[in-house]
Amino acid sequence: MEKILDQAQKVAEAAEVFLVSSEETPVQFEADHLKYIQSKQSRSAALRIIRRGKIGYGVTTNLDDIPSLVDASVETAQFGMQAEFEFPALTSYPQVDTYDPEVESVSLEQMIGHGEEMIATVKEHTPDILCEAGVTKSTVSVNIINSRGNKANYRKSIFSLGISGSLIRGTDMLFVGESEISCHPITNTRAVTDVVIKQLERAKDRASVPSQPMPVIFTPDGVMSALISPLMAAFNGKTVLEGASPIGNSLGKPVFDSKFWLWDDATIAYRPGSRPFDDEGVASRRTPLIEAGTVASFLYDLQTAALANTQSTGNGRRPGGGLPTPSPSAFIIQPGDTSFDDMLADIKEGLIIEYLMGAEQGNILGGDFSGNILLGYKVESGKIVGRVKDTMVSGNIYQVLKQIIAIGSDAKWVGGFLNSPSLYCPSLSVASRVS
Amino acid sequence: MPYIEALGHQLAEALKGQSADYLEAHLEQSNASHISYRGRKLESIGRSTAMGGNVRALVRSGWGFTSFNNLDELPSKIELAIKQAQLASKGKSQLAPVAPVVDKVPAGTSKNPVDIPLAEKKQLLDEYNDIIWQTAKLQTSVINYGDSYKKSIFISSLGSYIEQERADITLRLVAVATDGNQVQQANLSLGSRGDFSAIQGLHREVAEMAKRPVELLSAPQVKGGEYTVVLDPVLAGVFVHEAFGHLSESDFVYENKNLRQIMALGKEFGSPELNIVDDALVPNLRGSYKYDNEGVPASKNYLIREGKLVGRLHSRETAAKMKEKTTGNARAISYRYPPIVRMSNTYIEPGSVPFSDMIADIKEGVYARNWYGGMTSMEMFTFSASEAYMIRKGKIAEMLRPVVLTGNVFTTLKNIDAIGDDLEMNQGGGCGKGEQVPLPVSNGSPHIRIRHCLVGGR
Repeated sequence: MEKILDQAQKVAEAAEVFLVSSEETPVQFEADHLKYIQSKQSRSAALRIIRRGKIGYGVTTNLDDIPSLVDASVETAQFGMQAEFEFPALTSYPQVDTYDPEVESVSLEQMIGHGEEMIATVKEHTPDILCEAGVTKSTVSVNIINSRGNKANYRKSIFSLGISGSLIRGTDMLFVGESEISCHPITNTRAVTDVVIKQLERAKDRASVPSQPMPVIFTPDGVMSALISPLMAAFNGKTVLEGASPIGNSLGKPVFDSKFWLWDDATIAYRPGSRPFDDEGVASRRTPLIEAGTVASFLYDLQTAALANTQSTGNGRRPGGGLPTPSPSAFIIQPGDTSFDDMLADIKEGLIIEYLMGAEQGNILGGDFSGNILLGYKVESGKIVGRVKDTMVSGNIYQVLKQIIAIGSDAKWVGGFLNSPSLYCPSLSVASRVS
Repeated sequence: MPYIEALGHQLAEALKGQSADYLEAHLEQSNASHISYRGRKLESIGRSTAMGGNVRALVRSGWGFTSFNNLDELPSKIELAIKQAQLASKGKSQLAPVAPVVDKVPAGTSKNPVDIPLAEKKQLLDEYNDIIWQTAKLQTSVINYGDSYKKSIFISSLGSYIEQERADITLRLVAVATDGNQVQQANLSLGSRGDFSAIQGLHREVAEMAKRPVELLSAPQVKGGEYTVVLDPVLAGVFVHEAFGHLSESDFVYENKNLRQIMALGKEFGSPELNIVDDALVPNLRGSYKYDNEGVPASKNYLIREGKLVGRLHSRETAAKMKEKTTGNARAISYRYPPIVRMSNTYIEPGSVPFSDMIADIKEGVYARNWYGGMTSMEMFTFSASEAYMIRKGKIAEMLRPVVLTGNVFTTLKNIDAIGDDLEMNQGGGCGKGEQVPLPVSNGSPHIRIRHCLVGGR
């Protein structure tokens, strides 16, 4: 790394080297049986330089060929954007624990055992379901150095397990599934299988839905599948800077329901989205995005923050190995005090949405969404009466999140990114196939 | 790229005489460049190089797989993959037979797109960006250009040694208009098999795309419900990929008794006019290749012929377990992943109905064009159009906000009642399955008409 930085400093005013290496061991089950054991090793170095005021960039997996990497960054710097920022000087970082050595010591046999246990539990409940399962452990190591003397590194351990099942009866297909991810080893598979069994119970019968507006409860997974992508785009400092965020001019203004609070947080101990600093070496923090319905701030990397005349929020990430760009770490929606059962009891006729397929494939920026209920249930007089199918739900997230009847006390992690409770919304447009 | 070639021959030797039912290895070396614009300015430009490989082992039906970009000590990687496979082993290995192949497949492009000077690429993108910004009332825009050139070597314990090269180009342009807190966007997605000229000279298309978001600001949203819809070739291509293509991938079917019954060859899925094909051998498409990632020669396969299920896509394992012929559809996006069953170029064969006849007798319907995306759960699927219009009394009427359409494979294909005569292949898409995204594929279709298609809306 130092060698790359030395070489780069000979041709540029400023330089930064970012090195990531990872080891990943996935164990995969297919059709109820162990199928694959894998190990994946990878390492790459990215060089960002500022030359004649402009940004140049190169990435390589071949750390033995430093001249080519330096050449690439010099060549691209001819055309690059004017650098409006300075690399951060030596900084002290918050203590953010993301590494548990216990993850590495989980044996393949134990991982296989977890997979077998999950499948056995789900099949005990529904013998004719066909299961896929995965158990993965990995470690990531991140190093960054720059020409202003900053030098930092951290390690992260990640353990995940998940199961999905397909139940096919005639031409009717039901898909259920749940997963869990942590920086600690996960030793108890029950939390995951309990969710799957609950889904199977709720989806046992079929229910029909009229094409008319009705109240909807988005479960935490439902929130993820329908409402989160537009929020990620809207709070991205770059979208705001370009004037393409619907809430870009609403800082300090009430845009959402006053019960709604949202943070981006990269500092929660032992969460996969956490880290002491971002991919540019800026300290991690917890950034309020929505406070009591009011837009509180946006997310920035160094360059975007400089252009917007503000400070980086420590959200510079490098998706796919590219240049840093503002990107959230983990979204936390504050739970409310209404139990899921109380929400349910309140509904005369409505829907519960666990997964809305296709909702992220539309005008994300504008907040419009429309999707097919891949997993969801009909509620009649406060009770779940069965699974709904061939049904489209549509809305706009800014309308949906402006008027929320109740926020659940049932917050949970959905994958590594979102911690959300259920959200109970008064009315969404529903269109169902005429059967 | 002499480096991986030297390693390739060492690996070929090392794969011999090992205690596994089957072993294969991939080595890969690639270069890429990208240029992106946000708004009026070039925002990001960079180059990357990558090198890596993998070893896959099969022992008594259990698979081991190891991937790496540290290319030292390759024998230890073979050993690791075999050890993993042994741990996963349980029954008897089944792989459909394939003849060993020694071949060298060139990229087929006269010029490596990665080597084209960045200044030349930038000039074209500047021209497109200028056109976008000549459009009145735009708020912002995005242009993402990427190219790559990849050389890979496939080696198997059967004695295959296949060197393949491929070049790829993608270009996506997005224009955004705003009005108060309303935001609308339009996009254009293009791609080619490394031929830079395929993305040149599109000034008129770019100009048309840039006008759309402004018009969308005042367009109404469709009322949700069932409509007769007409899909343009681009969106119909996404439809065939989602609605039927994924269900043809046998890795989802082969171990599932119920699904094997539902997907029995001969089952009727559509009208006698419906023919669906997956063909990796069409020259110069992004989904084309000569050999798949298991060294199996690619082929043209009818999935549906005259409305009936007649074929499906296979890896060597799924073909053996279903006692069908290999098709050469085991693909991986890179050396980081084992191959899984994927589509190549999937399309609906042209019929005979001209577009004007197709809409002539529609009293109230939706004409949906161009794509945002699509998803499937096998039975139900969604696909979204970035451009849509009402059809009223046989004529294209007012513009609508983007629409999301949904269907059910067991009913929607049967509801296709007109197939156009104007097949077009779309090159701008990438397919995702599991973690492996985006895989270069292409989709195509003529215009098609679907009765009783469910459209989401207000």
